[in-house]
Amino acid sequence: MIKPLNVGISDWKTNKGEGAIVTYALGSCVGICLYDKVSQIGGLSHIMLPDSKSVATGAATNRMKFADTAIPDMLSAMLKMGAVKARIIAKIAGGAHMFATSNEKFNIGDRNVTAVKEALKILSIPILGQDIGLNFGRTVFFYTEDGKVEVKSSIKGVKYL
Amino acid sequence: MIKKFEDLNEMHLDVLTEIGNIGSGNASTALSSMIGKEIMIKLPQVMTLDFQDAIEHCGSPEELRATVLIRLKGELEGMILLMITQELAETILNIFFQKTNVNLLELDEGDISALSEIGNIMGSSYMSAIATLADLKIGVEAPVFTVDMLGAIMSVPVIEFGEVGDKLLCIDKSIEIDGICIKSNMMLIPTVDSLSVLFTRLGIL
Repeated sequence: MIKPLNVGISDWKTNKGEGAIVTYALGSCVGICLYDKVSQIGGLSHIMLPDSKSVATGAATNRMKFADTAIPDMLSAMLKMGAVKARIIAKIAGGAHMFATSNEKFNIGDRNVTAVKEALKILSIPILGQDIGLNFGRTVFFYTEDGKVEVKSSIKGVKYL
Repeated sequence: MIKKFEDLNEMHLDVLTEIGNIGSGNASTALSSMIGKEIMIKLPQVMTLDFQDAIEHCGSPEELRATVLIRLKGELEGMILLMITQELAETILNIFFQKTNVNLLELDEGDISALSEIGNIMGSSYMSAIATLADLKIGVEAPVFTVDMLGAIMSVPVIEFGEVGDKLLCIDKSIEIDGICIKSNMMLIPTVDSLSVLFTRLGIL
């Protein structure tokens, strides 16, 4: 088996055909898998914040950090590899609320999920699977041969999208 | 003014190490008197880390940690994270409840309140040492607790600091109980703005 490509926090990677892309221990961050089944081209993005326009200048330099910039960038890279826009679907995981707190400001998980859905809607990419919210961390394995997404958590076990 | 963590010089880092030392010394004394064991602390490490490195510093992202998070309010803002490994949880719960083979995923309410209280007492004594030293008013919120993968837990400080930059400042220490080094992290993660207040108060800005 080929070693999976590792996507860190504020990062994305693409792959074609055999192999997998993995991102470990998503908390309030969101993992977005984009996939074109015919060309077997997939990309996995690990965003940590909703909106590049709403943060302090200087913090917005890494486009891979934000839902509104990372998703279109990764899509462009996939299209350059030969993926076809009309065939691309999305599966998303993460956006948890790690600590119970009454302060809404800290519920960034929900805001991240909303921003990801919004970014996908703008690009007309349908979401075919999701495992989001609640209060636990998730590891995402994305198999680009068949588009299967495996979501693992220490509390809820394994789920396939 | 300290605008970003990269602005910190050697002297600032030395002062933060000393602050970590005093704070965590106080916290360890509190823990020691609670569990009745001798506790040694190593000299804290002060690190300005990229987000990914901050996670990897604590261990492999999927390792489980019982975590107590305490938010700081007032003149020093940020958070304290006490990340308890299975080993430390077992040591503590063995002392309190004579438990063996502790599984972090199967903690009961008594275990959780014991670990939260330890975090609370360590966090409060850490902060009161710093507040006295620098004459700062620091408020400590009620602790919140969870057990999960450490990468997912670290996403909490990383995201909050991600809105202003790409680095975290961690003042971290590991502890030894009865001569056995137990890997666990107690981290003070201050905001950038708070550092300016702290250094001004100490007369070194």
